[in-house]
Amino acid sequence: MTMDAQSNAVVEPVPTATPPHPLVEFWFHFRQNTGAVIGLVVILLLVLVAVFAEVVAPHSPIAQYRDAILVPPVWHEGGSWTHILGTDDIGRDMLSRVIYGARLSLMIGLIVVTLSLAVGLALGMTAGFFGGVVDIAVMRLMDIVLSLPSLLLAIVVAAILGPGLFNAMLSVSVVVIPHYARLTRAAVLAEMSKDYVVASRVAGAGPLRLMLVDVLPNCMAPLIVQATLGFSTAILDAAALGFLGLGAQPPTPEWGTMLASSLQFLQRAPWVVTWPGVAILVTVLAFNLLGDGLRDALDPKLKR
Amino acid sequence: MLRFILTRASLVIPTFLGVTFLSFLLIRLVPGDPIEVRVGERGIPPERLAQLRHEMGLDQPLWKQFADYIGNVLSGDLGVSLVTQNPVLSEFFTLFPATLELGMAAMIFAALVGLPAGIVAAVKRGSWFDHGVMGLSLTGYSMPIFWWGLLLILFFSVQMGWTPVSGRLDLLYYVEARTGFMLVDTWLADEPGAFASALRHLILPAIVLGTIPLAVIARMTRSAMLEVLGEDYIRTGRAKGLSEGRVIGMHALRNALIPVVTVIGLQVGTLLGGAILTETIFSWPGVGKWLVESINRRDYPALQGGVLLVATTVMAVNLLVDLLYGILNPRIRHSR
Repeated sequence: MTMDAQSNAVVEPVPTATPPHPLVEFWFHFRQNTGAVIGLVVILLLVLVAVFAEVVAPHSPIAQYRDAILVPPVWHEGGSWTHILGTDDIGRDMLSRVIYGARLSLMIGLIVVTLSLAVGLALGMTAGFFGGVVDIAVMRLMDIVLSLPSLLLAIVVAAILGPGLFNAMLSVSVVVIPHYARLTRAAVLAEMSKDYVVASRVAGAGPLRLMLVDVLPNCMAPLIVQATLGFSTAILDAAALGFLGLGAQPPTPEWGTMLASSLQFLQRAPWVVTWPGVAILVTVLAFNLLGDGLRDALDPKLKR
Repeated sequence: MLRFILTRASLVIPTFLGVTFLSFLLIRLVPGDPIEVRVGERGIPPERLAQLRHEMGLDQPLWKQFADYIGNVLSGDLGVSLVTQNPVLSEFFTLFPATLELGMAAMIFAALVGLPAGIVAAVKRGSWFDHGVMGLSLTGYSMPIFWWGLLLILFFSVQMGWTPVSGRLDLLYYVEARTGFMLVDTWLADEPGAFASALRHLILPAIVLGTIPLAVIARMTRSAMLEVLGEDYIRTGRAKGLSEGRVIGMHALRNALIPVVTVIGLQVGTLLGGAILTETIFSWPGVGKWLVESINRRDYPALQGGVLLVATTVMAVNLLVDLLYGILNPRIRHSR
């Protein structure tokens, strides 16, 4: 009987699972990392706050309330709901300044990462693709940049260009270019020896097509991770420059600059020093968490 | 072996030339002519300016100026500070011990806390301790250390009154600078209480400067240990009936330490960068604070020389780490 049933059964193709879309697979691995998800949520919140700063912030970041100088946060004695996180030495609302600072810091991160990624990518691809003298020249140059402590180099560049937010962003960008260049070069070298590149070359693809269409998309994973981590470096270094007086200038509500100008009130009004620092730490931590999560999710060789 | 050392060392030469060129360019890229910067706002007659330019070699072609600059650098002449009129090299060496002392204290702190934390986290993988160490180290890694320093000052110096706010030694004491290391000098000097004072001044800056290396060391130790603990010879050791302490302490740790030592060595650059901020916050009279002051005072010769010296220090340490790594690990030495 069973034999009969078997022979009569319609031969149906075994239902094989279709491979999940890469994004679905990525999300499956990514969400297992609680820290990374928290980082992502914090960053999304920060982006919302930054974009809608005018709506979210209770006051203007530069308005001076002369009758409310160094008012403590609301939960301290003498605090009021008008200035939830207190005010600084010339009566500006701390909460509003920190909120506008988020806009500034995220913009710094975005510009620095875009600039350094673009230049680093171009240099790294050129070095990896052409090899030989070009490779040696580019990578030696990168080694020189790397041999200086990054903050020192950023300070030197900022000193040459003169203080200011834009120059600070430029100098921080210059400093991190080698990281992208090295990563890109390594990835390009690894890809170049693979069969599909050879096949494409045999099929007559020109160098530009080989570089941009064939090789580049396969080098993206480490670069995405590095770019995410680059946000935290950029925000930290720009804040450090601001703190040293070489970055954004007062009254710009940049977190590092805010810290520098409130130093003398450290003892009398600790809150003017606390909030900008908390903001930097939370933002940088969020980007680092996200970067770690991306690395684990994008790199199949790690951990799994 | 000799071949390995020579190959590695020769790689440093182009980098050194590049850094020299960078510091050479620095003084030419800043706004203003070096002589006008030196003369200040009073101005000088054009003939005198031309004469000075000639004396300083500024009318020579650029490559000639660069060649002269390299010649000067190699013979130890890094120019004269505009503010103090002292040779930049001697200023640097007067201040360097303070930075070195701070950096070593920071590194000792980072290694003493980071190594055990990383080892225990790896051994107890997945425990609350592991999660705690990883969370804290990521926080430390994300810390804006200039703010971290302020927080520590606020708590330990202002509120608790345990540590001094700034400097290296209480003004009560006068200690002859024999080595430049305050701890050593106060130990040698016959002043009761001076050593304790120097130590109390050192603690907070060392913790602040050591925070990021601590985070890096803890993470690196953990991952290196995890890798080694998965190796066959660890299982063999356990199967032989070795005690857990011996397996971890003797077999695992030894091999896990190699990458960790490298990472510690490579933290020197981070450390010198961090010293700029730490010294500024704590008014620590070292190289970092001097560099920041040089920028603010537009003392470009000092900045130029300082940058070159710091970069050379970092390069020398990196080379040393590279060589040590090759000596410890023959696979590196012989791979091409």
